[in-house]
Amino acid sequence: MKQYEQWDGFKGRKWKEEVNVRDFIQNNYTPYYGDESFLAGPTEATDKLWGELQSLQKQARAKNGVLDMDTDIVSSITSHGPGYINEDMKELEQIVGLQTDKPLKRAFMPFGGIRMAEQSCETYGYTPSPELHKIFTEYHTTHSDAVFSVYTPEIRLARKNKIITGLPDTYGRGRIVGDYRRVALYGIDFLIEEKQADFANCGCGVMTDDVIRLREELAKQIKSLGEMKVMAQSYGYDISQPAKTAKEAVQWLYFGYLAAIKTQNGAAMSVGRVSTFLDIYIQRDLDKGLITETEAQELIDHFVMKLRMVKFARIPSYNELFSGDPVWATLEVAGVGVDGRSMVTKNCFRFLHTLENMGPAPEPNLTVLYTEALPETFRKYAANVSINTSSVQYENDDVMRPVWGDDYSICCCVSATQTGKEMQFFGARANLAKCLLYAINGGIDEKTKMQVGPKYRPITADVLDYDEVMEKYDDMMEWLAGLYVNTLNLIQYMHDKYYYEAAEMALIDTDVRRTFATGIAGFSHVVDSLSAIKYAKVSVVRDEDGVAVDYNIDGEFPRYGNDDDKADEIAVWLLKTFIDKVKKHHTYRDSEPTTSILTITSNVVYGKATGSLPDGRKAGEPLSPGANPAYGAEKNGLLASLNSVAKLPYEWALDGISNTQTMNPNALGHDHDERVKNLVMAMDGYFKKGAHHLNVNVFGTEKLIDCMNHPEKEEYANFTIRVSGYAVKFIDLTKEQQLDVIARTCHDRL
Amino acid sequence: MAEALKGKIHSLETMGSVDGPGIRYLIFLKGCPMRCQYCHNPDTWARDDYDIYTADELLDRAERYREYWGSEGGITVSGGEPLVQMDFLTELLRKAKERGMNTTIDTAGSLFTREEPFFGRFQELMKYTDLLLLDIKHIDSERHKILTGRDNENILDLFRYLDETGKPIWIRHVLVPGVNDADEYLERTDAFIRSLHNVKRVEILPYHTLGTFKWKELGLDYALEGVEPPTKELLAHANEMLHTQEYKGYLEK
Repeated sequence: MKQYEQWDGFKGRKWKEEVNVRDFIQNNYTPYYGDESFLAGPTEATDKLWGELQSLQKQARAKNGVLDMDTDIVSSITSHGPGYINEDMKELEQIVGLQTDKPLKRAFMPFGGIRMAEQSCETYGYTPSPELHKIFTEYHTTHSDAVFSVYTPEIRLARKNKIITGLPDTYGRGRIVGDYRRVALYGIDFLIEEKQADFANCGCGVMTDDVIRLREELAKQIKSLGEMKVMAQSYGYDISQPAKTAKEAVQWLYFGYLAAIKTQNGAAMSVGRVSTFLDIYIQRDLDKGLITETEAQELIDHFVMKLRMVKFARIPSYNELFSGDPVWATLEVAGVGVDGRSMVTKNCFRFLHTLENMGPAPEPNLTVLYTEALPETFRKYAANVSINTSSVQYENDDVMRPVWGDDYSICCCVSATQTGKEMQFFGARANLAKCLLYAINGGIDEKTKMQVGPKYRPITADVLDYDEVMEKYDDMMEWLAGLYVNTLNLIQYMHDKYYYEAAEMALIDTDVRRTFATGIAGFSHVVDSLSAIKYAKVSVVRDEDGVAVDYNIDGEFPRYGNDDDKADEIAVWLLKTFIDKVKKHHTYRDSEPTTSILTITSNVVYGKATGSLPDGRKAGEPLSPGANPAYGAEKNGLLASLNSVAKLPYEWALDGISNTQTMNPNALGHDHDERVKNLVMAMDGYFKKGAHHLNVNVFGTEKLIDCMNHPEKEEYANFTIRVSGYAVKFIDLTKEQQLDVIARTCHDRL
Repeated sequence: MAEALKGKIHSLETMGSVDGPGIRYLIFLKGCPMRCQYCHNPDTWARDDYDIYTADELLDRAERYREYWGSEGGITVSGGEPLVQMDFLTELLRKAKERGMNTTIDTAGSLFTREEPFFGRFQELMKYTDLLLLDIKHIDSERHKILTGRDNENILDLFRYLDETGKPIWIRHVLVPGVNDADEYLERTDAFIRSLHNVKRVEILPYHTLGTFKWKELGLDYALEGVEPPTKELLAHANEMLHTQEYKGYLEK
């Protein structure tokens, strides 16, 4: 059993015998049942640094969002010397470490794809290094090049026509959450020892492909761990040993995360469930009288400030998919342990309190693992912060805990992953709405008129027959699921080979469980379309080529979003049918297939590429995001809409079911206290129904319209809203997306 | 067995949060005898376009939202004027109470009288009613007639009757600039409210113009055309005059 003096005062045995952060947490955390009155405001240093950072953000906004970029250094764990928010104020920074040598300067990251890295430089007026161009085109294969070299013509066509879309073949797949807490609890040396032991025990000596691959990956992981020490050293810290104070714990943990974001520009680079873990260190220091509450809050504020600074160089088409420059530095608070104890600690309050101390912000993507079993004081505080900032999302701990235990993190928006035990193969999404159109048109794309899907017999009748459509849709979905899974197999294979996440995987068990995350776009439109075909009369409008391009609907039909089982049962059927088809196929590295109903802001781009649908949605209009009912479908108010979404069984969409709702403050209660109470009630009810996720926005349409028209107003600089799966500054959205958000706002009864 | 009574329903709203305690399922009944100039739901007046439900059908729907109600929420029946469909309303609330739901009625009270047969039926209804949301549209009877088409004598009598029987009420007063915002009226309204003992909450609702488009859609002339919503200052003043902050009974469970 290991014994470090840094562990003085910590209880438990198992976590000293093996790397087991969960066991450490369960043995040492102090549940907190009180209210928020203990919280401390920002220190002078926090105000100064945050003021400085805001001024940098303002300068960046004046330069199309990008303050500075690297063009000739390839980012690695050790590629840059130390950087600070401001050299003259660096002694104020309790927590240090930047992605590059300067604040908000974006690193050059070519391993995912050199063309993307170069294009992102050029977009913002920077000239990428010709030498690096030569290296990454002539001497080294990038992930993107490798994927495209093996794509089949069929995959290329499907990708081009956007029936499978948002694929991580030109950018990092992300979504892997290293257990950054390990750096703080064990120090790097112990982690290296453990990985070396794994390396020695890897295989029986017979060098099969998988053993060789694992040995190579372990070698890379061990190298990364060594580099983390070097990086920390450049900031004056020795992280070879465990952290001995709260400040060191936050700093060590952040260095682990920093190694990840210096080496990977994945779509989602999540931080994980760190709040209760860090509380143990803070509580120990508070008990010893080493720090005050004000100092404790300052540590969390400064850590969060660093997470607010994470940026990657992106290309315009990426920004269209994921608008507003998100990084999904998702960070969880609260939840309940498998033993039934609340895992809310004072630190869960402190993290939410950063939104008050430094104002609203989209990152980190603060996520409350919610259940009615959380202390009422905490539920009310979270609701209070939500109403004031619209910067918090909620996910149902009661549905996730039975599946993932009590130490899972959320990677990206809604995808649970057991911290340090699992990794995920992110796979974007298949457009099931377009698939329905392919079923009607015999595999011909309704926009490009290309034969993309198999040449099945199209529907030739003038009025759509439900049974015929269902039979053909089933066939077409069968084809799509197979193509989609195989495309992802190629992508994940190449990502492992050419853009392996060594720093993150070094902080995850060697014997890792892998999930294979597929996704669905266009969900509500398929449901409503099928309902229209079943319950109303849908006639087809064909163009001169005989391709169905529009639909006329006669009569009423039940729509998803009204708590009407007639429509909602189609929704449940669709989810089950799709995931069952996905599960038929071989998935890379024996990963476990899951799916999500989540579109991020890509609902706008996907909508552009999708023709008119039988539910009345016209060609080019945005799809509704995530699992949200279609715009205008809801006739009975918010709770009916929530009930419809809550009927989708989480067990069939283990990668998450995203729902974004906006409430007008006046429709939530007479005054702030009443709004807090009602929001808590609404969430208690929704999650008791078995729903998975809720983005909570509280504001009126007028504010959005005014912000769109007057983005220069000081009050809107940090105006944050929740969109499907993440938060974003409203002024950073494209105009199209702003209009989409406004159109979807809001539950606002007269 | 007699056929179940049926109600004429204008619309349903699942998330009501300002129409009674907690989160409420709102049932808007069709039809109203009043013609308030500021009505924001004139589409509920006419009695020809509606859905038909039995009490049990409505309550089965409402049940789906029980998880959201906690210990406070329930159903609120509004309109239109719910008392127009008195028999159905009574059956609805009686059955709601059997199911253990909190019941609230949002009524203008203009049908109230202590004459039979109305009075007996109203007394029966009150057995199943936990709370009433009422409005003194104008304290001056003459002005009330101009504003709503009816005088206010029987409405004020309803307040007195509910006071006599100790039935809890919330008073919501729609403040319309130039119509009922004069100090004289506010003073008289305040004096009237103070004479009652069953008032758990007093609110001032600022007149708004969000419903005016419905008047146009229905081809109706909007008498208050050009009237702007009250200013913040006027609202604050009216709140002071009516002592709204002093009525805290709604906070008791």
